[in-house]
Amino acid sequence: MIGAAAPLAVSGMTVAYRKKPVVQGVSFEAKKGELIGIIGPNGAGKSTLIKAILGLIPALEGEVRIYGKPYKQQRKLVGYVPQRESVDWDFPTHALDVVTMGRYGHLGLFRRPGRKEKELAFECLEKVGMAAFANRQIGQLSGGQQQRVFLARALAQDAALYLMDEPFAGVDAATEKAIVLLLDELKRQGRTVLVVHHDLTTVTEYFDSVLLLNGEKIAFGPTAAAFTPELLHRAYGGKLGFRMPVPTADSGE
Amino acid sequence: MLEMLNDPNLRWILFGSILLGLGNGIVGTFSYLRKMSLMGDVLAHAALPGICIAFMLTGVKEVWLFLIGAAAAALAASACTNLISRHSRIKQDAAMGIVLSVFFAIGIVLMTRIQHSEYGNQSGLDKFLFGQAASMTMGDVYALGGTALAVSLVCGLLFKEFKLISFDPAFGRGLGYRTAALEYTLLALVTVVVVAGIQAVGVVLVAALLITPAVAARYWTDRLATMTVLAGAFGAASGAAGTWISSGVSQLPTGPISVLAATALFGLSALLGVRRGLLSKLLLRRRAKRLWMLERQSNGDAGIAAAKGGGSARSIAERGRIG
Repeated sequence: MIGAAAPLAVSGMTVAYRKKPVVQGVSFEAKKGELIGIIGPNGAGKSTLIKAILGLIPALEGEVRIYGKPYKQQRKLVGYVPQRESVDWDFPTHALDVVTMGRYGHLGLFRRPGRKEKELAFECLEKVGMAAFANRQIGQLSGGQQQRVFLARALAQDAALYLMDEPFAGVDAATEKAIVLLLDELKRQGRTVLVVHHDLTTVTEYFDSVLLLNGEKIAFGPTAAAFTPELLHRAYGGKLGFRMPVPTADSGE
Repeated sequence: MLEMLNDPNLRWILFGSILLGLGNGIVGTFSYLRKMSLMGDVLAHAALPGICIAFMLTGVKEVWLFLIGAAAAALAASACTNLISRHSRIKQDAAMGIVLSVFFAIGIVLMTRIQHSEYGNQSGLDKFLFGQAASMTMGDVYALGGTALAVSLVCGLLFKEFKLISFDPAFGRGLGYRTAALEYTLLALVTVVVVAGIQAVGVVLVAALLITPAVAARYWTDRLATMTVLAGAFGAASGAAGTWISSGVSQLPTGPISVLAATALFGLSALLGVRRGLLSKLLLRRRAKRLWMLERQSNGDAGIAAAKGGGSARSIAERGRIG
């Protein structure tokens, strides 16, 4: 029954855009309150995996269970932070308005966000240190600030499980620190967070567990066990099309 | 020209055009922000064969029959566009380009045939190319007004949802919204306003009334709600100007005049718009430069004063910053 209650259980996930699968037979199970880094080279299918879990792209095969039930029944428990480039930042809206969108799922059709939703959104902006920019047009924010607005929007969703697509990409040190603090707080509140991550130097510092991906699952487990030079070499070296006969080579950094 | 307001018939036509412009401007805001500006053009051009087929099948000149034909053809065109972009490597914009021209070509072929047939000259189909507001009857105006109001109402009810699918559809889907259904709703609304506008503005230009007011409105605000209302107002003004001028002066087509009016509003907005207009950008830059120069100057003074051992250095610097 432990398996049934897991915040996220993915089994046999296979996704293909064209003939060749981008993600193949990936299975793993996230524990409650775990910070998981999804690591792998470019084109390893990290973002694809997240999008398939969320049903944004169709999977050829595979099952996703959120706290034991299919994703469609549990949408409200799942928060999503897309890549920053996925939207047009010239859109006529301000930071607070974007964060308020995080409440739309709870509001449902036709109902408009009111004072309660806006107050909650403002609190979320405060948590990421963006309260001073609440009324700023989103195009006038720096890249890091935009990323924090996206995180605040995810916070406003008040989800139990978060999927974040490269939140650390192209942000400055201040934003990186703000994100790390936020991840720690989410963890303390017993929420589970999956983060697509690129910077290998910070993996051991940030994450409890690691999902090492290169089309298929290379490894999944506690960072100390899964984030080893040997396994990294398999994830990254294989991509380059050569394999060292001695698997102790110091690589992947 | 003001005396035409005394003519009850013309007054109704004017009223109809204003409502039409309003509906177009409001719906157009979302088309523009979803980067689907060309879609309105596709739907409008595709309406022509629909109108012709409706006439050939029934042989009667009934506006509501024409509009049914137009709507059916427009929906077929949008389905074609979706099919092409989904099942081939052709991108959406190219697909729209293909569909637009094919449907329009079929429309022109059919229209030429109709006009060379015995009852062709009475068909009045050529009016649908560039539009003629004066050809509208009272019933048309009622239908137009009702349509525009209904469309505006739907946009008001689904404002939050349309904002979501315009800004971040993937996030919306993650929230559990049926984004595909919402997108089709929006597409249906575009079809309705475009088809409704064909009689007054014509298939060739009606899409301009959809997009231009929205683009103009964007120069004045960074808020979606304000932009939507403003685009509606701009659309209404353009429709009014087009109808008014073309019914007052003989031999002027309504559609092109409306579009020129909308374009004039766009030009003014691009120049004078408070948010991102050319003039406000220029003023802002000049002000920033002046402030910078002032600050540098005062810092320079402060440096000299400090070198002389004067205690007033800070006060000078502060004065400079306030200025």
